[in-house]
Amino acid sequence: MLSEFLQFLFSGLTVGAIYGLIGLGFAVIYNASHVINFAQGEFVMIGGMATVFLMAAGLPMPLAVVLAIAGAALVGWLLARIGIETARGAGVVGLIIITIGASILLRGLAQVVWDRNFHPLPPISGDAPIHVFGATLLPQSLWIGAALIAIMAALRFFFDHTRTGKAMQAAAIDPLAAQLMGIDIRRLVRLSFVLSAALGALAGVLVAPITMTYANVGVMLGLKGFAAAIVGGLGNPLGAIAGGLVVGIAEAMTAGYLSSAWKDVVAFVIILFVLLFLPNGLFGRAEVHRA
Amino acid sequence: MTFLRVTGLTKSFGGVRAVDGVDFTVRANDVFSIIGPNGAGKTTLFNLLSGLIAPDAGAVILDGEDVTGLPAHQLATRGLSRSFQNLQVFFNMTALENVMVGNHRHTARRFLPCLLGLPSVRDSERRTRVFAEELMHYVGLERYIHAQAAAMPYGALKRLEIARALATRPRILLLDEPAAGLNPAETAHMDALIRRIAEDGITVLLVEHDMHLVWSVSDHILVLNHGRVLAEGGAREIRANPQVVEAYLGHRARER
Amino acid sequence: MSNQLLQRHGGLALLAAIIAAGPLFLDNGFHYNVAILAGLNAIVCIGLNLLIGHAGQISLGHAGFFALGAYASAILPERFGFHPLGALLTGALLVGLLAFAIARPILRLRGHYLAMATLGMGIIVSIVLDQKVDLTGGPDGMVVGDLTLFGQALRGNLAWYWLVGALLFVTTWMALNLVHSPVGRALKAVHGSELAAAAMGVDVFHYKVLVFVLSAVLAAIAGSLFAHYNGFVTPDEASFIHSIQLVTMVVLGGMASIAGSIVGAVALTLLPQLLADFHDYEMIVFGAILMGTMILLPTGVVPTLAARIRERLA
Repeated sequence: MLSEFLQFLFSGLTVGAIYGLIGLGFAVIYNASHVINFAQGEFVMIGGMATVFLMAAGLPMPLAVVLAIAGAALVGWLLARIGIETARGAGVVGLIIITIGASILLRGLAQVVWDRNFHPLPPISGDAPIHVFGATLLPQSLWIGAALIAIMAALRFFFDHTRTGKAMQAAAIDPLAAQLMGIDIRRLVRLSFVLSAALGALAGVLVAPITMTYANVGVMLGLKGFAAAIVGGLGNPLGAIAGGLVVGIAEAMTAGYLSSAWKDVVAFVIILFVLLFLPNGLFGRAEVHRA
Repeated sequence: MTFLRVTGLTKSFGGVRAVDGVDFTVRANDVFSIIGPNGAGKTTLFNLLSGLIAPDAGAVILDGEDVTGLPAHQLATRGLSRSFQNLQVFFNMTALENVMVGNHRHTARRFLPCLLGLPSVRDSERRTRVFAEELMHYVGLERYIHAQAAAMPYGALKRLEIARALATRPRILLLDEPAAGLNPAETAHMDALIRRIAEDGITVLLVEHDMHLVWSVSDHILVLNHGRVLAEGGAREIRANPQVVEAYLGHRARER
Repeated sequence: MSNQLLQRHGGLALLAAIIAAGPLFLDNGFHYNVAILAGLNAIVCIGLNLLIGHAGQISLGHAGFFALGAYASAILPERFGFHPLGALLTGALLVGLLAFAIARPILRLRGHYLAMATLGMGIIVSIVLDQKVDLTGGPDGMVVGDLTLFGQALRGNLAWYWLVGALLFVTTWMALNLVHSPVGRALKAVHGSELAAAAMGVDVFHYKVLVFVLSAVLAAIAGSLFAHYNGFVTPDEASFIHSIQLVTMVVLGGMASIAGSIVGAVALTLLPQLLADFHDYEMIVFGAILMGTMILLPTGVVPTLAARIRERLA
């Protein structure tokens, strides 16, 4: 009983941490620009796929990972520069459609430039499972957890102690005032896309050893990350991570105790529930009526 | 004759009482102005009266009927309409269509006849169009009848909002800073327009910062400060009231 | 006024002429197939455009309504002995009721939140269709029987062409009536400013629900016809990507333009066929069109062209 529960919990926490990382990317971009980036899942895909193909080209894994993340960051910058800045005044619906277009475009490019196959990535430190009260835990899960904590600490430092980070926070609270204070909003928007692309790509590298990676891997992961961000209260970075864990655990428990077939429904039922009954997210701070 | 009676109207936002137990009565066919410094609660009061937000306490009696907490579109049916301080023009339409929307409650707007394009709908559309054109003339916007709203200058949009509100056939019209941002010529035109609306039998509630306009058109003035009624009376009384001068007019008078 | 009426009737006459002349240019089954699918997509897009373009409410889940209509026509005659026409109407009614039920909570949301809620709704539909294997055949899909009208099974491309063409014409006519009526103006007012619309006596929420239900019912009817025509349905009809394709057609053709919906539907139904030899590039082209239209022609192809022509004439 306990071992079973623990097993589900571990897998829920692992996948939830990934959702949280992706959700964090949504929150960072939303705070800087009030854009929901529907191409967020494609950053995850780029992270995984680029690493696979760079390693296949003979690069050592650490270098491949760094290059893959840098590549995703570049794509993020291009998306902000071409997709978002040139379409100011497109309105919420317009911006949603632009990022959806970017998402389809990137997936199509990935299928042509790389391929349509599933690819594994080696885990960071072997795959000998660790036994805990009869449940098994993959070392990769620990790496994912460690990465999540490290990133939270780094972001906290960035937002609280660096000039740029503080500027981003100010801009999130009141863009107009921030602009009047001489903060360059455009630069912040680009930076937020770069940062969240890098976060997404890292999530893609971390999750690939568990789920494999492929050109369309970002579709569901992106939506789940969005779910995490909304459950946590859109624009609340810590909430996004907590939201990711909530969605991940709910999914794992459904898969474990009911049927794995229905696990994807859970995430969306949670989203609808939160949207309709807790419009501020589970952890507050949202502007449902400021569209 | 009392047309609008407000008693104990109260609304708080996050612990701050934006409108705090406000009482007043408006006589039919008066121009009734509400003045006060920024943040005094004027816009909140207007939003309460026009049904965009619901009050925490108090009552609004319109022509003998309790309309407290009714949503905006039902108040429009009962003859109350308004313009907005920050323009809320329908920029996705022509100027004339904007005014036609105002007439919505008086059109043949049932779904099936509209879907089938029945003659009754076409007749109603023709009447609505003629009425809207008349209103465009009434507010002096005849040359913008076929213009896209998005292409019109600011001063014209202010009058367009009034024409649109008049198209609801209101008995009472709430004007939220109609002269804000207008040049002196446009303000003079607005002054005349407000007088004409009142002469035509529509009660006017006016929030305005342009004091020349307020002194000129008002039959009665209410001064709000910190969400409460500070003073009330005719223009002469208000100008002579030392409290009002201190709270609101004082620093302006000194500036000038 | 007369000018506008002339435009409306001129447009309808043009559409009728194009539909009537179609068979002169359609050479083979493949051509008819594309034309019929384009017509069905156009019917969905006209409804969706009333929702997105006129009323300004986004939906990323309309493929769900399309698929529910399709499955109603697949399941009800097969399992419950419905007449196909009865199944179509029942499907439309049930989808209308479902849309009405979810519209009430969902349409209180705006912008991103509405996008997410409709998206979630569509995905839930597709997963349910995927998992209810005993009823829907699961991911393998299910075979759909013929549509019978007046005791006759509707078979052959030409018969289907005329049916879809006639329905497209009627849908267009009704949509144009609606757009040029107080209802259409109220929808545009909701889009322009909800505050002002309410202050002008427009019951904002009523109109949002109305147009949501209307667009869902149109999608369901088109879905039913698609199921019969195709003879086969799969849960893919409800997929997120299908919802996006529908939105792309609306955006490309032009927001708040009925003619644009038809043009967008035809163009994007045709495009994959033209790109058949470059199948690998289909998604790239789709994505690029979506981004490019929104950035370069934010009002869509038809309204942009119309504005250009008007400028020339003026």
